[in-house]
Amino acid sequence: MEQNINTSALTDIPAKEEKQYSYLNLGPTHPATHGIFQNVLKMDGEIIVEATPTIGYIHRAFEKLAEHRPFYQITPITDRMNYCSSPINNMGWHMTVEKLLKIEIPKRAQYIRVIIMELARIADHIICNTIIGQDVGATTGFLYLFQYRERIYEIYEEICGARLTTNIGRIGGLERNVSQKAWDKLDQWLIDFPKAFAEFSGLLERNRIFMDRTIGCGGISAERALAYSFSGPNLRAAGVDYDVRAMNPYSSYEEFDFIIPVGTQGDTYDRFMVRQQEMHESLKIIRQALEKIKKEPSDVFRADVPEYVLPPKEEVYNDMEALIYHFKNIMGETEIPKGEVYHAVEGGNGELGFYLISDGGRKPYRLHFRRPCFIFYQAYPEMIKGSMLSDAIITMSSMNVIAGELDS
Amino acid sequence: METVPLNNVKVVETPAGIEGAGFFATSLDKAVGLARKNSIWPLPFATSCCGIEFMATMGSHYDLARFGSERLSFSPRQADLLMVMGTIAKKMGPILRQVYEQMAEPRWVLSVGACACSGGIFDTYSVLQGIDRIIPVDVYVPGCPPRPEQIIDGILNIQKLVESESLRRRDSAEYKAMLNSYGIE
Amino acid sequence: MEEVSTEEKALTFLKEKFGGEILNVDSPYDFLTVTLKPEKIITIIKSLYDEQGFQYLTTLCGVHYPDQKSIVILYQLHNLKLNKRIRLKIPLPEDKPSVPTLTTVFPAANWMERETYDFFGVNFEGHPNLIRILNVEEMIIFPMRKEYPLEDQVREDKNDQMFGR
Repeated sequence: MEQNINTSALTDIPAKEEKQYSYLNLGPTHPATHGIFQNVLKMDGEIIVEATPTIGYIHRAFEKLAEHRPFYQITPITDRMNYCSSPINNMGWHMTVEKLLKIEIPKRAQYIRVIIMELARIADHIICNTIIGQDVGATTGFLYLFQYRERIYEIYEEICGARLTTNIGRIGGLERNVSQKAWDKLDQWLIDFPKAFAEFSGLLERNRIFMDRTIGCGGISAERALAYSFSGPNLRAAGVDYDVRAMNPYSSYEEFDFIIPVGTQGDTYDRFMVRQQEMHESLKIIRQALEKIKKEPSDVFRADVPEYVLPPKEEVYNDMEALIYHFKNIMGETEIPKGEVYHAVEGGNGELGFYLISDGGRKPYRLHFRRPCFIFYQAYPEMIKGSMLSDAIITMSSMNVIAGELDS
Repeated sequence: METVPLNNVKVVETPAGIEGAGFFATSLDKAVGLARKNSIWPLPFATSCCGIEFMATMGSHYDLARFGSERLSFSPRQADLLMVMGTIAKKMGPILRQVYEQMAEPRWVLSVGACACSGGIFDTYSVLQGIDRIIPVDVYVPGCPPRPEQIIDGILNIQKLVESESLRRRDSAEYKAMLNSYGIE
Repeated sequence: MEEVSTEEKALTFLKEKFGGEILNVDSPYDFLTVTLKPEKIITIIKSLYDEQGFQYLTTLCGVHYPDQKSIVILYQLHNLKLNKRIRLKIPLPEDKPSVPTLTTVFPAANWMERETYDFFGVNFEGHPNLIRILNVEEMIIFPMRKEYPLEDQVREDKNDQMFGR
């Protein structure tokens, strides 16, 4: 039978240049974006061709706010930057001011700071890794490990009174000595958490489905990562072992023995595994710090510099000098040197830097936060080019973008 | 085999009504209120630190799901309760307004945290000083961030409002006047 | 064996190649800070990148000095192999601050320059997409400059007298 195929229709197929793309708006409120930032994705079917991010939906003007507050009132602002691991931000700020004022912190206070910062790092990585699990469909890890995050909150409550936005420590040390109850809770946590962590690792680390899903997804090479000024676990997953704790040690980190885990391809699986290994390293550091604290006198928790650090209340009520120093500190009559200082700490996401210019007054003249999330999120459109939508979602959650740090 | 005696299981209290063999009569308000209050579907509009406390509230330690809010809805069309948790900047204001307008009646709004209630510690040029400038709010939960127990207390207060709401409230002239004062049709 | 530290090497390099551009050299808190004239800054940074190994851009920000009528842009670079940092500052006139973009050397400078534009109004010539990044697009002022207040002036529920403003 003859078939008359109408071939004229075939020549009407549009040429390749007239390909039509669809635009998908991802955010700012979206269940999979952890934080509010928007991405307009130009898609060719299921493949992403281009992405245009928009941020600033939670811009709270931290840098301007810091110019209107005395130094000790800026600590609550730093809390709210990377709110998953706020003690690290607090300690970083205190160390910046201590660098400006040239205050030496006693060893025991430094070790306690190290313990608090490593607990915060574990808390931050718990959120990131369990949410990666949730985004690929494994919610169990989130529900199991969050219980241990509550126990970390209980330890913070014993030390400073708050759970999440801690405002922990003071310029010159800590506000009070750590109570025995807090040490007991920490010891119990160090026994219980590794078991639950081993269960979580067993669920996901060598899971065939998880590995197939995450290997090769959202990768970035080491050269591009350095060009984009990545830092923290994202950079280490790409293969560069830059860790501020090792390169510019602060708060006695040079006395601790820990390795820096690195990945090879910079993809989602490497970022997940780097954070897993960093949690193990943090546990090691906490145990070493507990050993070191035993050798120090147990009532030292702040520097003895009454010009800048509030003296203990008992002395204020009994001793004239302490009363005068207390008054001068609170009313802002102390002498702050003029100068500019930059200090960086290893935050949960990378090098968190504080650039402070002081003009001799109570308030900073200029305070600039070097926020790691803001800097590495620029590379996101490049990382998801050519991948599918679901891969873009887990790339974003594995980068651990925290909106508070993205918009200052 | 162990069975739990029935008087140890906490069931919802029945409203006042007339009971008989095989029937129970009460007013429609009360029945609908009872059903609605124990099955609120929240929309977590989590922007910042209060969002992490919300994650802790939804976790197994504080467990919001036992109050009926097991299913979080991220689509405003299917949600009953808009929980605004975190700072709302001026850039985010129109989006919050759009999400609120997309919700179907009856809808309630819970403002969690100092930033959502009044701008919080951020008295700056870029932060909206309280979401009640753009949408009507039912319950405010103060705190920075509020503890999960406080967020649950806020939800229980919403449940009281839901239970005791008259079925005609959303069509009344007063309610429409209130929405008009915000510019919402 | 190098007797000279990397910072001294960098400083000597800068003095030899770009001696005329240096306005001031300082080392507050052991951090080499060089103030330069703004005209050749991109060439200077590129040569530090190529020849002195400062291949990591830590941060880029602006500072406003109203009494000197200038906005200072600050570049902080890091030599990761030898672990040395350097800070470069360029003063720009307050009424028309303008400098070429650094995105040709470091792609990371893209958003950092947008943020500096958003806060201070500095024009980065040649930037691929110089629009506001953190504030709303309709804003006409540059809020981090010292003449603008912190608080929103149209809010009516906060009593400034009680809060000492």
